[in-house]
Amino acid sequence: MKLTINGETREFADGLTISGLVEALGLNPKKVAVERNLEVVPKSLHPETVLADGDRIEIVQFVGGG
Amino acid sequence: MEDTPFIVAGRELKSRLIIGTGKYESYEQNARALEASGAEMITVAVRRVNLTDPDQPLLVDYIDPEKYVFLPNTAGCFTGEDAVRTLRLAREAGGWDLVKLEVLSDPKHLYPDMEETLRAADMLIKDGFQVMVYCSDDPVYAKKLEEAGCCAIMPLGAPIGSGLGIQNPVNIRLIIEAANVPVIVDAGVGTASDAAVAMELGCDGVLMNTAIAEAKDPIRMASAMKHAVIAGREAYLAGRMSKKRYADPSSPLSGMI
Repeated sequence: MKLTINGETREFADGLTISGLVEALGLNPKKVAVERNLEVVPKSLHPETVLADGDRIEIVQFVGGG
Repeated sequence: MEDTPFIVAGRELKSRLIIGTGKYESYEQNARALEASGAEMITVAVRRVNLTDPDQPLLVDYIDPEKYVFLPNTAGCFTGEDAVRTLRLAREAGGWDLVKLEVLSDPKHLYPDMEETLRAADMLIKDGFQVMVYCSDDPVYAKKLEEAGCCAIMPLGAPIGSGLGIQNPVNIRLIIEAANVPVIVDAGVGTASDAAVAMELGCDGVLMNTAIAEAKDPIRMASAMKHAVIAGREAYLAGRMSKKRYADPSSPLSGMI
């Protein structure tokens, strides 16, 4: 299936969860927040949220800012 | 006279200085400047993770969110919808509902779009956020933002990143006099005396970023700002002497030889 992550389209195996995606990207799940198709997905739901073809995912973190 | 505590949205802060975390050479330098500034609250931005290099240094590895109050901002947002979306992600990332709202307009002057800022503040407050709001130095809009339920009013002293100092002390003073929530001058401070001027006007606090980050020695400037904010607050509480048109000798005129 195709997922668009932070504006970039990538191919992933079917059945991938948000937790699986965060791990596959090499990110620390404690330090990021995830939005799926414009809705924030709470961390507690990451292990059970199965992604679907065409999902638009945003993964963000805190950076320096004024 | 004892100073009243500085309380924002129920949190008591010992320092009246709030600093931004942008434009530093490194997060390491940022952390050292923060330490030197004595600030307990910092603004942070919410941005996409770097997918091509996930091992880049992270702000939270240098500045502990357990030790400092993180104030996520909406920098780069131009509509209420953008601001709500960004801060919902921030709330999920950090678990905090205290936020800094800024809805800007033209990139040339980065002045806040006040109509959209007020609309965004309403949306955020309905969504359960506690909103510290960056605004123009317009006393009318400042009052409207307070009435909308914002927990702190943060008028600009001068355009963001300009370092021009407090351009309109008359308006800042009017905003302070009318406000029942903390007033924090946000943006425009260039050097320590600017921070002192803001505090002498009776502001509850000062928020700055570039003045420290772009100083030749940011750590030393952070320390200067800490002292300037304390000095300005003390001078405000002390009550300055009245200005006179002519000289008034400090030594007695009688008993001269």
